[in-house]
Amino acid sequence: MSEKKLYSYTALFNTPDEIIHATEKVSEKGYKNYDVNTPYPVHGLDGAMKLPPSKLGYIALVLGLSGIMAGLLMTYWMSAVDYPINIGGKPVFSFPAYIPIIFEITVLFASVGTVLAMLLFFFKLPNNSHPLHGTNYMKAVSSDKYGISISADDKLFIEEEVINLFKELGSTEIHPVYYDEVEVNYKNKIFEPNFIMFLVVAFILTSGATYVTLNKLMYMVPFDWMSNQEKVIPQSKSMFYSDGFGMRTPVEGTIARGHIPYPYKGNPEAASAMPNPLLPSKENMKIGQQKYDTYCSPCHGFHAEGDSRLRGQFPNPPSLHSEKVRNWTDGRIFHVITEGQNIMPAYNTQLTNDEKWAVILHLRALQRSLNAKETDLQ
Amino acid sequence: MSSSLTNFGYQGKELPVKVRNIGLALFLIGLVLAVFGYFVEPVRSMFNNIILLTFIVSIGLGSLFFVALEYVSGAIWSVPFRRVMEFFAALLLIVPFIALPLLFNLHDIFHWTHPEVMKTDKLLAGKAPYLNEEFFIVRFLVFAALWILFYFAITLTSKKQDITKETKLTRRNIKISAVFIPVFALTVSFTAIDWLMTLEPHWFSTIYGVYYFSGTVLAALAAGTYAIVNLNEKGYLLKGLDKDHYYSLGALLFAFINFWAYIAFSQFLLIWYANLPEETIWFLQRWNGSWKYISILLIIVQFVVPYFGLLSQPSKKDGKKLKFFALWILAAHYIDLYWLAMPTFSKEGFVLGWIELAYPILAVGIVVLVFSLKSKKNNFVAIGDPKLKRGIEFKL
Ligand code: HEC
Repeated sequence: MSEKKLYSYTALFNTPDEIIHATEKVSEKGYKNYDVNTPYPVHGLDGAMKLPPSKLGYIALVLGLSGIMAGLLMTYWMSAVDYPINIGGKPVFSFPAYIPIIFEITVLFASVGTVLAMLLFFFKLPNNSHPLHGTNYMKAVSSDKYGISISADDKLFIEEEVINLFKELGSTEIHPVYYDEVEVNYKNKIFEPNFIMFLVVAFILTSGATYVTLNKLMYMVPFDWMSNQEKVIPQSKSMFYSDGFGMRTPVEGTIARGHIPYPYKGNPEAASAMPNPLLPSKENMKIGQQKYDTYCSPCHGFHAEGDSRLRGQFPNPPSLHSEKVRNWTDGRIFHVITEGQNIMPAYNTQLTNDEKWAVILHLRALQRSLNAKETDLQ
Repeated sequence: MSSSLTNFGYQGKELPVKVRNIGLALFLIGLVLAVFGYFVEPVRSMFNNIILLTFIVSIGLGSLFFVALEYVSGAIWSVPFRRVMEFFAALLLIVPFIALPLLFNLHDIFHWTHPEVMKTDKLLAGKAPYLNEEFFIVRFLVFAALWILFYFAITLTSKKQDITKETKLTRRNIKISAVFIPVFALTVSFTAIDWLMTLEPHWFSTIYGVYYFSGTVLAALAAGTYAIVNLNEKGYLLKGLDKDHYYSLGALLFAFINFWAYIAFSQFLLIWYANLPEETIWFLQRWNGSWKYISILLIIVQFVVPYFGLLSQPSKKDGKKLKFFALWILAAHYIDLYWLAMPTFSKEGFVLGWIELAYPILAVGIVVLVFSLKSKKNNFVAIGDPKLKRGIEFKL
């Protein structure tokens, strides 16, 4: 066992008033390197010890300001540079929306950073042991006594004088505290190469593990949670069929249910002869209006007057109230819906045949609303 | 024990007559200008009168809230100067008089007082059960009566204790305060809604009451801090009030500066984000023409400057700084109320004429006058309070 050195002289007192008085006297004598230990924070101790205001506040300020900058940069980079999305028509970098985020990051930086700074720089942790630990003095001041400990490396430290001072102040328990030099350090441990190496290794390990988890592991069985399956997935290559297509063309000579092939391809005259099989019943009109509003109204307008809602992103179509279209048969309009016309795309796949006829019923009603027949007015 | 010991050596100094005379002079100047303004531009004057009313309610009601808060929370540090806040609470007594001219001119101020509007406007018709003159006046009178009732209940008990020194009076005040606080919460919200929010009867914001509350407490704290630091420096209070007390006052001020900004921003953020025309109109109005400058000014004056001014620990312990920022915050609160009320009157941009200056003069006059009259023949310190000794010895 190595040689033990004197760390400090300690004295115990019974009441908070006594400790405040003792502290005032000790600091009056000019001692600088001493500490007071109490079981709970005693009001007024800071003043009695003549402690200067803590520097921790400045650290918190600097960290808080860095938090603001970090938050600002993060929100800006994410929303305006890396992944700009239009949200509610607001500018991609909408400052008010990011104030809460910036605020939280500021608080996070300031609070966590301040605690870390306090532990690492002010308390000089990590440390194997503090000389006062495990002493009877520490046991007493962490239950019901109030203690003061004057360090042996104080400039004014002279053993007899300190003991006399404590006696004068009325302490009954005065003890020296010894320590083992190997066990204790006074330096900032975190600046030691070993510790820095440890930090670097920890940093590499955690960030590496995070990277592997998020970018590799998540795509491996079983951590992908069955997200990878042998089934037809839209927009992706099929592994099952040799030609790589997931969608199959129907077997020759067959048709899918409900999909009768259109017989008048490229032949509007022939199509004109088709009669509308639907009656203008309430149900049919309703379906017609629904489908018209969904599929046709974006371009043709709710009232078929060619007042498109697409704001010029697609050429405005002509009004469907024109004499030409009014005079067309239902079959002729059916043809336009099925095949499209010039730049108007075909709506064959979106609408079933019955729905197309229903849309035409609705269109007829719209036309009649502007150009009523004699009989409608009676 | 000798009586000087139980009184903690309280001297019982009175404020110099000068203070009262200054208050009286300001009051008279403001009053004459305000009356004159009423005959020149009645509607404009009435809008200013609303600002005055809500300003005085802020200080008076906020102070009573502070006193009640001390009682229910069992606070110790504020006992040595609680009486100062009680003096400010006396402003509640004159609130009805300030409201009187308004009650006779409701038609010029509030759109919703016109029955034909209430019938034709579908939105307003739905609010008619709440927004009608009779109920409005009844509400105000009930609120004012409650405030005055609680003012007397709390302060008279506190005053009685100066002589009897009974602990049971503290206990009684704790009970009264516990009842007062919910009453305060409701009346302060509805006062804000009635006098300020219904200026724009179509618009609504559910956080409006809290917004006004934050300003209320801030204004009361500022008035109290200014008076307490001043009185303490001039020796009207007990010896031993120190940096620790100052720090606590400053910290509360600082906290409520943040609270105000937090609430103001919350209100703004939700309205801005949802972007609904019926809600954004209120902020657009305050961004219209030169109102934009007042909106920006408000952020700087009521948040940024006092925030950095009171951020550091030493500045909260510095009496000079505290006094400066206390006055600053009072002015900021006045601008805040101006910003809330005036855009309804002048939509194109802010107006600033002699009428707008007359009312703050009147406000300062009223506060100084009421404070000096109230403090006459009253102790500046609640010398009978059982917590007083601990209050003076309070250390952080
Ligand atoms: C993407 C926009 C768009 C949609 C959606 C659309 N159309 Fe058209 N439509 C047009 C355009 C453009 C024309 C004019 C084409 C041309 O130049 O001949 C047109 C032409 C027509 C015509 C012929 C008018 C004429 O005067 O020649 C009819 C009938 C018609 N559409 C009906 C419909 C119906 C019914 C629907 C709903 C199933 C529909 N359209 C959906 C853009 C659209």
